[in-house]
Amino acid sequence: MRVVVCVKQVPNPEIAASQFRVDEQAKTVVPVPGVALVMSPFDEQAVEAALRLRDRGHDVTITVVSMGTESARAVIKHGLAMGADDGVLLVDPAFEGADSYATALALSRAIGKIGGVDLVLAGRQAADWDAGVVGAGIAEMLGWPLVSFARELRVDGRAARVERMLDEGTEIIAAELPAVVTVSNELGAPRAPTLRETMRAGRKPVAVWSVADLGLETGEVGAQGARCMRERLFIPEKRSRCEFVEGGSPREQAANLARRLREAKLV
Amino acid sequence: MADARGVLVVAELVQRRPSRLTRELLGLARRLAREAGGPAAAALLGDAGEETAQELIAYGADAVYVAAHPGLAEYHSEAWTAYVAHISREAAPAAILIGHGAAGGDLAPRLAFRLDTAVATGCVEARVEGGRLLFTRPCYGGNAREVVSFRTPPAVATFRAGACGAASRDGTRRGEVRHVLLDAGAAARRTRVVERKRDDAGGTRLEDARVVVAGGRGLNGPEGFRLLERLAQLLGGAVGASRVPCDLGWCPRSWQIGLTGRTVTPELYIAVGISGAGHHMAGCGGAGAIVAVNTDPEAAIYRDARYGVVGDYQQLLPPLIEEIERFNSRDRQAAS
Repeated sequence: MRVVVCVKQVPNPEIAASQFRVDEQAKTVVPVPGVALVMSPFDEQAVEAALRLRDRGHDVTITVVSMGTESARAVIKHGLAMGADDGVLLVDPAFEGADSYATALALSRAIGKIGGVDLVLAGRQAADWDAGVVGAGIAEMLGWPLVSFARELRVDGRAARVERMLDEGTEIIAAELPAVVTVSNELGAPRAPTLRETMRAGRKPVAVWSVADLGLETGEVGAQGARCMRERLFIPEKRSRCEFVEGGSPREQAANLARRLREAKLV
Repeated sequence: MADARGVLVVAELVQRRPSRLTRELLGLARRLAREAGGPAAAALLGDAGEETAQELIAYGADAVYVAAHPGLAEYHSEAWTAYVAHISREAAPAAILIGHGAAGGDLAPRLAFRLDTAVATGCVEARVEGGRLLFTRPCYGGNAREVVSFRTPPAVATFRAGACGAASRDGTRRGEVRHVLLDAGAAARRTRVVERKRDDAGGTRLEDARVVVAGGRGLNGPEGFRLLERLAQLLGGAVGASRVPCDLGWCPRSWQIGLTGRTVTPELYIAVGISGAGHHMAGCGGAGAIVAVNTDPEAAIYRDARYGVVGDYQQLLPPLIEEIERFNSRDRQAAS
């Protein structure tokens, strides 16, 4: 079984809010010195979901695909060090400024070019724009079924059996393969690369494809192919107006809080 | 869809009635339709029937497209996408508004791609500026917000609760009900639901609660939630959580509030042991007033809070509960 995992390189989302800056003119996020670029955490869990299929005894070949700049090679290496078999890096100046639509187009073409793919996995959303669109877009462009927000993935013959998150519970969906599944944080922690796998990762093949390699025109991808435009990017202003409720003891603090809430007709 | 006009809302029902979020979206649709031109319409899928369609009209829909089929009563990705795409082609709106949840988060992107357009997810605001529709949404884990526009119609967008006040009900409003028929073969059933497990909601729905008491990592274990439940029960509210307690199994997954969880807009939000990271605040920032209880006086949550208490929740909550019980019994005495 051939599994493709789509991964994205993002600034480490664990950064403190106080360090976060945007360039409102350029409508971009300002890189913070010393803050590493990492694989988006939900995508890491998508790689984990693929590896768990292998752990359960399935014969899987796992390909990690990323669209980005040359620096995205690092997240492919990370996927390979976790245990994936090979990688595809989509790099071309024309990919720059892509929205979810243009990204899904490039990735779905790459999946077609890889060929014989049974299952595509991706994180439920990337930790930068938090859109959660590309996985669904790939499913639509390939005409495959989609199961979103998976907390568990199994494969049973020619069907994926996915437990997906609902607002108030979960449901188990059986989807014919080939299919696209997006993975949620409920799947659990991804494995850390072992030293042995990290050593091996250096020898695993990584193909590099351009717009032309995907049979696309430069006008279809990147900013030119985008259907959504960013008009503004800003940090929401917070006017702190917190009233700290004090007291000589916790009991007194609690009583004072209760009184303030009562005065404000909140309790 | 060159002549796209008006706004379409995909209705979401709770016990056969439009959910609070759907009522908000109808209010938003009316405002956007008034500013951009065209009608406010609603898509109603499932087996709810005429009465529910009239309810959507009472809350602001000029037209309701009804796809009556028992198989559509629960969200099903393939079938819903096919039906809503069909309705969208017929209604040809300039914008399609959908609730941001497990169903909307699955439906909206598929729908957008099927209609050859883009989608903005998890929006908190929409407006018309110079004849263009603009949508504001949190990103970067709630640290930033972006405003996006669309090059292609229709603009598909999912909304968090609280983006707009709920439309008021007017039973005298009249609207058109159109029944939609779709060849079942068009909704190819390549996926099927094997099983559904609902968490025992047992009380007020988080989205509808006037008061939400939420716990975070600072509870230091599952036992703390018992105290939160007592407080919530006393206030007629619901209990929620940040992501960490859910990931650690201290509470049900469905309690998660935030960017990848649920969005709540209660009058009062009591955050206990929650640091206040952007991804959590994306799910509760619209609350009327936030009370923060934390041991760390530097916690980010105090920047969003109206009232702050620094201290150990295990020492603070029991006397708070007692104090509120005292108010309540005094109220009862005064009333009798």
